[in-house]
Amino acid sequence: MSKSVLKKTLVSLAVASSFAAFAAHADIKVGIAGPMTGAYAAFGEQLWKGASQAAEDINAAGGINGEKLVLVKADDACEPKQAVSVANRLVDSDQVAGVIGHFCSSSSIPASEIYDEGGISEITPASTNPQYTERGLPGVFRTCGRDDQQGTVAADYIIDKLKATKVAVIHDKDTYGQGLADATKAQLNKRGVTEVMYEGLTRGEKDFNALVTKIRASGAEVVYFGGLHAEAGALVHQLRDQGFTGGFMSGDGITSEEFVTAAGGPKYVDGVYMTFGADPRNNTASADVIAKFRAAGYEPEGYTLYSYAALQVLAAGLKGANGDKTKVAEWIHGNTVPTVMGDKQYDAKGDLTVSDYVMYEWHADGKYTETTN
Amino acid sequence: MDIVLQQLVNGLTLGSVYGLIAVGYTMVYGIIGMINFAHGDVYMVSAYITAIVLALLSFFGIHSFPVVILFTLLLTIIITGVYGWTIERVAYRPLRNSTRLAPLISAIGMSLILQNYVQIAQGARSQGVPTLLDGTLRMHIGDGYVQLTYMKVFILVAAFSGMGILTYIIQKTTLGRMCRATQQDRKMASILGINTDRIISYVFVIGAAMAALAGVLITLDYGSFDFFVGFVIGVKAFTAAVLGGIGSLPGAMLGGVILGLAESLFSGLVNTDYKDVFAFGLLVTILIFRPSGLLGKPAVEKV
Repeated sequence: MSKSVLKKTLVSLAVASSFAAFAAHADIKVGIAGPMTGAYAAFGEQLWKGASQAAEDINAAGGINGEKLVLVKADDACEPKQAVSVANRLVDSDQVAGVIGHFCSSSSIPASEIYDEGGISEITPASTNPQYTERGLPGVFRTCGRDDQQGTVAADYIIDKLKATKVAVIHDKDTYGQGLADATKAQLNKRGVTEVMYEGLTRGEKDFNALVTKIRASGAEVVYFGGLHAEAGALVHQLRDQGFTGGFMSGDGITSEEFVTAAGGPKYVDGVYMTFGADPRNNTASADVIAKFRAAGYEPEGYTLYSYAALQVLAAGLKGANGDKTKVAEWIHGNTVPTVMGDKQYDAKGDLTVSDYVMYEWHADGKYTETTN
Repeated sequence: MDIVLQQLVNGLTLGSVYGLIAVGYTMVYGIIGMINFAHGDVYMVSAYITAIVLALLSFFGIHSFPVVILFTLLLTIIITGVYGWTIERVAYRPLRNSTRLAPLISAIGMSLILQNYVQIAQGARSQGVPTLLDGTLRMHIGDGYVQLTYMKVFILVAAFSGMGILTYIIQKTTLGRMCRATQQDRKMASILGINTDRIISYVFVIGAAMAALAGVLITLDYGSFDFFVGFVIGVKAFTAAVLGGIGSLPGAMLGGVILGLAESLFSGLVNTDYKDVFAFGLLVTILIFRPSGLLGKPAVEKV
């Protein structure tokens, strides 16, 4: 082959590939937003893995009316400012048709305003703060429950099962953590239990010994913590180090095996209680999908399947709206969507009509199971 | 009573660690008048080195606590020292004779490089190390008790010994004398035959070594760390250095202990939400009455 022939081949290849790129441009882009880096990157990974598998399965089954779903990763590091800037990027430069995310409530809420202006839907697999859906935005949905539901389950369990009357309520001063702590506190107060202390710690710090001593001095039998695994782990470690033998309970923010790492070993998480949705891994609708995850060497823990379900809901909406971005939310509000977590139906706010929080307990082997009593 | 005592102990352990890291800020400022913003990240790197050394030791089947801790301290301090030396060589020395702001910007750049390098090389997830020293010390006082893990006792002993050794080096040895001379007047020191560039390198190595000591102690105590741990503790240690008088070695140690105690006592006796407000309020108050910090010497204006 002479040089000029080679050159021509290359040119024609380049032209052909640019046509291919043009064809790919008709794909439907969906943003996956969450903490892909930073201290909470484990959760970002759950969101990404769940959505990736869902996109693969949806595309294999024919995509959205023949068009393929393409995912765009967006990293907000669980910081509100960064969440707004990635939201703008997704809307303006990536021109996504919808967003799965964000993870932290403090990110999902400000970002939702940007998506609302862009006229697209946001479905969060994990943000449980009530404010997310309470502001009357048409395009916000979640595949998880709400903190007021979660706090009620937690407070009832503390009173009915743990029979505790002295409860220390601690939070991380963040939208999610404090919201959850407040919800639990409200239910405790409603049931006639006044907390012995209510204080916030600082996210990103590691030393909570002073707070721990104060908790000890308050005579608390149970510590309720609203926050994420990094701080929860350090807190429970230091509580045990100072000889606190009472109970420790938290919410869905510690649903990651990384909680064990953050606590400094499985022996520290033994007996920790946690509220979380009924494990989607027990749902019969999810058996095939779980098998696929496990075959790929990934355990679909925590929010993985919530993220999978979120993309299913969005895909159903896109399909139902027939390419009209503005009709997606309307369609989701009006229809029941079969997902990997069972059939999901939404109320006018964008919350699930059925919530299913249950109590879990961590064990000395570093795993968690649903409590039986 | 027992609660106040426990808070004092909490504050003292936290403060001694702040002090160890503050030493790095204060010595560098004393000798070349710049703030080494990458210092917190050197601490973070040392946490990772600790975990790697621990893993290696357990791979070779070494499990006795004294041997493990000795090797971990030694290797981590040496490797982190090499980091300190390299950072000075790469990021600060070429800018020695440029404007005062240039090394500051390059320090911020170095901090970002270290954070991102560790994040990419080691992953963004938090990492853990096994508990080496189990067991607790409990003293009963009336109805209550003061409880300390052996690890906390070890931190106190090691941190204060570290500070003692450093004070000895600076006050009594030839190297220390050369450091002090360079700090007082770099030009004069070099005229008198001191290789000031080398002394500045040593200062960076010493600062990194102290941060490494803190890194080993804290990592073993908390059992977990991530690539971002250097930030908060770096800010706190810098505050401690300013509080004690930046440029003054005993000032950094004193500042660390005062800051640790202030945080612990305030959050224990008043409120945790506002402990940082209190700590920084204290800093502002001290700076109003003593602008160069508790033990700092006011800079003399030469006309």
